[in-house]
Amino acid sequence: MGRIIQELKKGRVLVSDGAWGTYLHRKGLKPGECPEAWNIRHPDDVLDIAISYIEAGADMIETNSFGGNSLKLANYGLADQVYTFNRRAAEISRKAAGADHFVLGSVGPTGKMLITEEVTADELYQAFREQSMALEAGGADAIVVETMTDLEEARLAVMAALENTACEVICTMTFSRTLDGEYRTMMGISPAEMTEALVAAGASIIGANCGNGIADMIGIVKEIRQKDPSIPILIHANAGMPQYCDGETVFPESPADMAARVKEIIGAGASIIGGCCGTTPGHIRAIRQVIGS
Amino acid sequence: MNELLGKLAACIEFGKVNLASPYPPHMKDQEGADEITRRALDGGVDPQDILYFGLMPGMERVGIKFRENRVFVPQVLMSARAMSTAMLHLKPYFLSGAARQKGTYIIGTVLGDLHDIGKNLVAMMVEGNGYKVVDLGTDVNSEKFIAAIKENTGAVVGLSALLTTTMVNMQHITSEIKKAVPETLVTIGGAPVNHDFCKKIGADFYAPDPQGVVEFLNKK
Repeated sequence: MGRIIQELKKGRVLVSDGAWGTYLHRKGLKPGECPEAWNIRHPDDVLDIAISYIEAGADMIETNSFGGNSLKLANYGLADQVYTFNRRAAEISRKAAGADHFVLGSVGPTGKMLITEEVTADELYQAFREQSMALEAGGADAIVVETMTDLEEARLAVMAALENTACEVICTMTFSRTLDGEYRTMMGISPAEMTEALVAAGASIIGANCGNGIADMIGIVKEIRQKDPSIPILIHANAGMPQYCDGETVFPESPADMAARVKEIIGAGASIIGGCCGTTPGHIRAIRQVIGS
Repeated sequence: MNELLGKLAACIEFGKVNLASPYPPHMKDQEGADEITRRALDGGVDPQDILYFGLMPGMERVGIKFRENRVFVPQVLMSARAMSTAMLHLKPYFLSGAARQKGTYIIGTVLGDLHDIGKNLVAMMVEGNGYKVVDLGTDVNSEKFIAAIKENTGAVVGLSALLTTTMVNMQHITSEIKKAVPETLVTIGGAPVNHDFCKKIGADFYAPDPQGVVEFLNKK
């Protein structure tokens, strides 16, 4: 266990994968359709995405399981499919990854808030426990808890994965820049606050995903590094912020735009770089080229 | 009376629900929106004044602080909760016509999108600023919006979306609404949308934060 960490300890910088959601929509996923159901209905399309990132040079790929917790699947009447969807998600990514690439089981937020008492801490923990165990059963090496905005929900997800699987646990949160130029999640959490809480909870890699292009991620990496001198940092940046053009949304940053910032973000302290919304295998290939093999 | 309503405004601004609530820490063991609203009504304060000089100033202050990134979602949710508690006491007066709201705002997350946090924040902020809110929930199609518009003549509509893949549905919904009830004003909001998108799809107003919607409604 701890294989990703072992690689990082050798001084390597690793490349992660790019977008899944926006990619699935390009392949025909309809708005309002459950993305995780594609692991059963269209496994070949899901496999295609995973393979395309491996071929682009990623060292690790995620799984199509971001919304695969019972609380979110309940929106589609599919709460009883947690095990099936997540296990299959990990199996598909494992197939693409083979033995020499890592599979990160994706765990996203539940969409329910503790502060409004629409969900309890125990319900969150159980939902994350169930999902993480299914991802491990399908062959995930690590669990990546991502796009979190509430620190307590993030902490519960990290604990649930750590206490119930043998996977390495990664956690990234989503920040945006305030008018004062600071970074905060929607719930008001700063990168420094995240770092303190998630390192204490036992996450072995932390970072940020979504919400920003790579340029704004650099400031987030610096704040994490200032708070903790050694915790490995993973960044999944968007291909810029979405713009609307001729009836569809486009992400403005090209693979070259993103690649141009990779050295700077590594210099700031990041050691795993990949993409979030709007990034493609082209972006991952360009990042790979900067990092080298 | 002014002192009581000033206290109520502070309860809304800082999210003090009732005496028992430990939040916010600096108002612990003080009366909250619940007790103060009840006491104001029992003391003969006009419910209209409670809305205009108690709830609305408090909600406006938290809306401005949220816009300026001086508070975040949890604080707004607590303010909204304090506001809803006070509203429960005022509801009978709205229903009987003894007090009037400023207008009606119909809101929903658009077809294909199940995210409701942003939509709920706007709904709460608009209600706290004196409007009747008709919340159609998530995954709402144009037919549902149009039916609600026909039931609530003169209402302004709010469309919400979180996803880049669902924001495109705002265009169809906006054009269907304008076809069915041409004079309807349509406002849009959500993480991926902006002013430029609003113009392109023929909607009337984009606000980057809930307070922006309130100000648009107040000017209308």
